Formats: sequence, C-alpha cells, structure tokens
Amino acid sequence: MSDFFTLSVLVATAASGIRLATPYLLASLGETVGQRSGVLNLGVDGVMLLSAFFSYWVVLETGNLWLAVLVGVIVGLVMGLLYGFITVVLNATQGISGIGIYIFGLGLSGLLFRRQVGTPKPVRRLPNVDIPVLSDIPHLGAALFQRNLLTYLAFLLVPATVLLLGRTTFGLNIRSVGENPGAADSLGVSVERTRFAAILIANSMAGLAGAALVLQLGIFQPNLTQGMGFIAVALVYFGAWRPVGVMSGALLYGLVNATVLQWKALGIIPVNGSDLAAMAPAVLTILALVILARRVSAPAALTRPFTRH
Amino acid sequence: MRSEQRLLEMNGITKVFPGVVANDSIDFDVRYGEVHTLLGENGAGKSTLVKILFGLYQSDEGSIRLRGDPTEITSPSEAIAARIGMIHQHFMLVPTLTVAENVALGTASTRRPFTDLDLVSERVAEISRQHGLAVDPSVEVRRLAVGERQRVEIVKALYRDVELLVLDEPTAVLTPGEVDDLFVILRRMADSGHGLIFISHKLREVMSLSDRITVLQNGRVVGTTTPAETNREELAQMMVGRSVNLTPHKPKREPGEVRLEVASLTVQGDREGVSVDQIDLQVRSGEILGVAGVSGNGQRELAEAIAGLRSIEAGGSIRIDGIDVTNENVRARRDRGLGFISEERMKDGAIAEFTVAENLLLLEHGSKKFTKRGMFAFGAINQHCEKLVEDFAVKTPSIETPTSSLSGGNIQKVILARELSAKPKVLLACQPTRGVDIGATEYIHNLLIEQRDLGTAMLLISEDLDEVLGLADRIAVMYEGRIVGIVPTGEASRSRIGLMMAGVPEQEARNGP
Repeated sequence: MSDFFTLSVLVATAASGIRLATPYLLASLGETVGQRSGVLNLGVDGVMLLSAFFSYWVVLETGNLWLAVLVGVIVGLVMGLLYGFITVVLNATQGISGIGIYIFGLGLSGLLFRRQVGTPKPVRRLPNVDIPVLSDIPHLGAALFQRNLLTYLAFLLVPATVLLLGRTTFGLNIRSVGENPGAADSLGVSVERTRFAAILIANSMAGLAGAALVLQLGIFQPNLTQGMGFIAVALVYFGAWRPVGVMSGALLYGLVNATVLQWKALGIIPVNGSDLAAMAPAVLTILALVILARRVSAPAALTRPFTRH
Repeated sequence: MRSEQRLLEMNGITKVFPGVVANDSIDFDVRYGEVHTLLGENGAGKSTLVKILFGLYQSDEGSIRLRGDPTEITSPSEAIAARIGMIHQHFMLVPTLTVAENVALGTASTRRPFTDLDLVSERVAEISRQHGLAVDPSVEVRRLAVGERQRVEIVKALYRDVELLVLDEPTAVLTPGEVDDLFVILRRMADSGHGLIFISHKLREVMSLSDRITVLQNGRVVGTTTPAETNREELAQMMVGRSVNLTPHKPKREPGEVRLEVASLTVQGDREGVSVDQIDLQVRSGEILGVAGVSGNGQRELAEAIAGLRSIEAGGSIRIDGIDVTNENVRARRDRGLGFISEERMKDGAIAEFTVAENLLLLEHGSKKFTKRGMFAFGAINQHCEKLVEDFAVKTPSIETPTSSLSGGNIQKVILARELSAKPKVLLACQPTRGVDIGATEYIHNLLIEQRDLGTAMLLISEDLDEVLGLADRIAVMYEGRIVGIVPTGEASRSRIGLMMAGVPEQEARNGP
C-alpha cells in the first residue's frame, strides 16, 4: 500500500482518473441538458456503443482519428434524431423507449463488430497534447495538462454548458420546458422544438463520449461500455442537474476507477478476484449519493410527455 | 373612459367537441377601456371561448375581428403578437426561475443568443411603478405568495404590451383584501385604454368590477347587461335558467351540548414546520362553526387531523361527545358518529371508477343490512341506493353509472348522501361546494342547514367567504395554522373577516381597516 502513496504513482493515478472520467463527463453533460428539458434518455449506453464501434471502424480503415471523432458525433446525432422522433413526436414513455435504444445499440454494435471486424485489433489512440507552460508545473502539470484533446474538450464543455443553460435564451427555454412546459407553451415557446434540440445535443455528446472511450482505449469489443452509459445517467442525479456537480461526479468515478486499476497493478488487490473491485466505484457513488442526499429536486416535468390540451 | 370602436369582436363562434357543443353561435365583443365579464357555470363555455381567442383552440364556425380587421389566431404566439394576453386560472409560471426570467421567457433578447435579463429587470421595475404592481425581478417565483405570483402574471402581460387582457378566475386564491387591490389595478388598466375580459362565477365580484356582463349557459349567450341594470339574483337566474336563492334560509337555533372538542391541536405539515398551531375549537350540537381562511393556512391539515387521516404526534387532543379519540383510527371515529366530507371529492371522497351504488355503500358495505354470509345482498343494496339517489336528487342515468361520469355537483351529492344517511353526530365538511354549480350549491347548502337543525354539530371549513357567512353560526378565521379569532356571524362583516384572513388579530380587525 505504501507503494501507492508515492508521488509519482499518485500523479499517474490522477492522470488516469481524469482520462477515465472523460467519456462519463461527456455523456453525462449531454444527459444533463436533455434532462433539464424534461427528457430522460436511458439509451445513452446504446448510443455510446454504436458511436464507439463506428469510430473504431473508421480508424481501423482510414487511420484518421479526427474523422473517427466526427463520425462518432454523427452517429450520436442520428440516434438523437431517432430518439427525438420517438419521444417528441410519438410521445412514447421515455424510460422504456430509452431501454429500447440501449438494447438496439448493444445488439447492433456487437453484430456489426462480429461481421465487419471479427477479432479485436488494436488501433491508434488519441495522442496526449501537452499544454504549453501549464504542463510544466511539477506533478499537477503531468496530471492535468498532458491529456488528450477530447479530455480538454470535455472539461471545457462544463463552463460552456453552464453558460448555455444560464445565460442564453435557448437555455432559458430548456429550463422552463423541463419545469413547466405548459407555461412555456402559453408564452409561445415551442416545447417540441426545444426538447428535440436538447435531445440532439444529449445524443451527440453521447456519441462523442463513445468516440472518446474507444479512442482512448485503442480497441473495441462487444459491450465495450459495460453499462457506462447508465452510470452517466446516475451522475446527472449525483450532480443535481448542474454541470459542475456532474463534473465532480465524473471525476469521483474516474478517480476511483483509476485507483482500483492502480491497486491491481501494484498487487494490492488481486487482478482476477476483481468483481468486488469492479463494484467499488459504483458502490462509492451510491454511498456518496446517499450521504450527500440534499433535497435536490429533479426538473418537474422530467419524463412527462407534453401535449397541449 | 370608453370609446365606441370595438377592440374585439367575436361573431357566431361555434365549437363542438365530441358529445358536446361547447360554444354555440356566440357573439361577444369588447370595447376599449372596458371590463367585460364572461359569467357562467362550469361547462358554460367561457374557457372554451377565450381559449379560441388565445389560439389554443380553433373555432369550427364564426369569425374574429381585432381592431376592426378580420383576424385568425392559430397559436398563443399569434395571440401574443396581436397584443392579446391571458392570465390563466392556474398560474403559468416556472417556479424555479426568477421573476425576470419568467417575464423574459418567450420574448426576443436584444443580445441574442444571450439573455438580457438586466434590461428585462429594468423594464419590469418600470411597469411595476407605473401600475402599482409591487414585484421584485430577482426573486425566484417559488418563493412568492399567491397574490404576488398573480402580480407577476400581470406584469408579464404588460411587458408584452397587451391591449386586450383575459383574466380567468383570478380571484380564486386571493383574500378579500387582495381582491380589492387587484380590482384597483384592473380598473386603472381599463381606464388607460386596455380592454379586459374578466371570467368569474363570483357574482359579488362581477357586480363590483364589470362595465358589462355577458352570461353564458350551456354554450349560448343568455344575455348581456350592466351592473346597473341587474342584480346577483337575476344573474344567478340567467346562469342557471331558474330562480336561485343565494342566501340560504337559516332559522335561528339554540345550540346544545358540545359534540366536538379540539384542544391545543398541533399538527406537522408536509414540509418543514407546523401547519396547525395550538388550535382550540368547540362545536355544539345544532350549530355550524365555520372556519374561514385563504387556502394553505392549515385548513386541510386540520381537517385531516380531526378525521383521523393525519397523526397528531405534535400535541393536542380531539374529543367526540366527550370521548378522547386522539389516538383512534378513522373507522373508530366514524363509529363514534363522525362524518367527513373531504375537500377533494375525486381524491378522498369517492372512488372515480366505482359506480354510484358502490360509492354510496362505501361505509356500510360490511354491515348485516347488506350482506348475507359474506356475500352482497344486491336486492337490499339497490333498494337502499335508489332511495338515496332519489332523496338527494342525484342526477345520474342509473346507480350503476361510474361516478366519474357525474358532474361535480352530483358527485358531491353522492358523498353527502352517503355521509348524511349515516346520521352523523359530528360532520366535518370541507369546501363542500367547490367547483359546484349554483343550482347544486343551493341544494347542498339547504341540506347542510337541515342537518344542523337535526342536531348535528358541523365544522364547515371553506375558502368561500360567502358560503361561510351564509351558513355558519360562528366563524373562526385561520391564518398560518392559528385561529386569529372566533366571531358570531351576526357581528361579522366581510371587511372584518377579510382582515383576519390576512392575519390581522381580531381586536384590530374589529376597529376597522
């Protein structure tokens, strides 16, 4: 255990934690926007799997990382169009339709992988980009400022989301539509269009999350996410529907994950008796949720389809 | 100030929903600078008409002219663009947003895509000053009291530069004092040239505020008149189609011994804090004690505590006929002679999917009168229920009809039939005529007085001040969980009770505003 508490190991763990947090953060931020508008998207994991597969395939075939990222986002956008149609036009029950998307994404990504690729082959990974000056800070620089571009993007999207929700007209619309769609409607705000746009944002970010996941790992296999998307949804609750809270949740999750991995690498916990260790991040997040249970309230119209009567 | 040009003309408006003609060839117009009231019972068509005006519905036939030009309004945005505003009965506010955000919602910002809430707040402050509408732009709406929220709604309308403003039952949640304040504001708006459509079923207010009154009944215009040319009785007659006695006839009675006694009752609310705070009440046989107050001051919790639906761990006692029932459950209290008419008939008073007969049976369904060896004796049941339906004039196709198909007034009669036929010693009646038509209200009021004359001790909890003044022998006013004062009805005036409803202690209220 004393091996763990050396500076270099701790820094490496922190770096790893931030990297691991990235897909969670991306997916969770997107889900936050969607939920603030009143839409629950449980299909995040399925979207992540599909975008992860397609991103992986693009790199495999073309070697172009940024094209892969773009494709990942586009996959998310397309899934967003589908989910938007189901939710806003058809007014389907959101929890159930989300699970449907999840199963669809899980199945299709696995199927396509087996048919198009077969055995997992490693691919190029996202390179680390050192931020000039900041990355030279001892220890902190290594942890924070020698990450890949998608990680930087993910963390920049936090203040961007705060700005979007708090200071733009679109954000005001989102917040009102998630709390009292009837009021928004009576003032001429289109509940349908606002929610559809929020869904597109949420799913595009889930797509980006999937791309980040696979391009950080450098490899794909069926069910790569192992339920990551659902954790991302839980993180929205953890963060009380606020981008900064969500970021703390993603970081907590990432760091715990990284710590578990590090302990395995150091032999502190057995590499294969790993079920308990795999549970640890989830258990810790649940504990944190319970302990920190302030009376936070969800957007009042969350999961409720809106029809003008 | 009135002008002859019409701000609004609606001609021949007809709207049909499956099974009902909501609006039948309605002609309605509004002049500049007038308050034109739309009066009618529930289901008369008032809401439908204004929803057509506001673009929420499209009429099947008929036309609209605004400022002389034919206009079609197909959505709320078009209505707003045409300078029509609507203040809904249930506030259209987003509680988690600030006043300024609520006002800005749906408007174009000068700094697109970013909001310009500082400018919005300035304009709100300006409107506030101009019209005497005190609001703070930076406060979250969920922190505002009901009267303040309503002011926010009016500010929202004025911010959008409305010329024609529709107010749908705006006084339902206001104290008499707040109603007066609101009417001052509305009168000012009318005098400055706005046209106002005031929807209400409260005759007293209608007479006080309106320039013109149009009465709707069953989707048709019965007539248009002015307060000078009519009175409350005539208006009631126009609404219902027959003459209606607005003040129930209440013979004087000497009350008997105390039947219900509540001492130092303290009850926890659903949120933080105590909602019933050390309440003492005694109700005698043959008297009606009315509890007046604006909703939200603990009345619901008080009723639930007495009925046995809410536990009283915080302190106090309840006695029926001298027996302490504080720790007894609902069934036990009913067996001691407690009858209960809850304030939400479809939630607590009756089971919507059950038939009329099943709801009528609901207290005595296990009784030997109606069962034989554990099985229902339908002959006896049906006979009993048919008689009740007849005795209480319940309008229903049959006793097998699902209760949800009945009108509010008739559902209330079913509940009353069930409760009163059990000959309660103590009757707890909460909002007994809320949402009930004038005709059925008249009937229910007479029933309650009859019950009082039979010796029942009645606790009447109602937000309708007219109802309390008309029925009660004594009036207790509740404010923030406490009794502000108990006044014999003979000595009670609307203004005095109104002050007490706003928290002014009895002594001060007695000395006048």
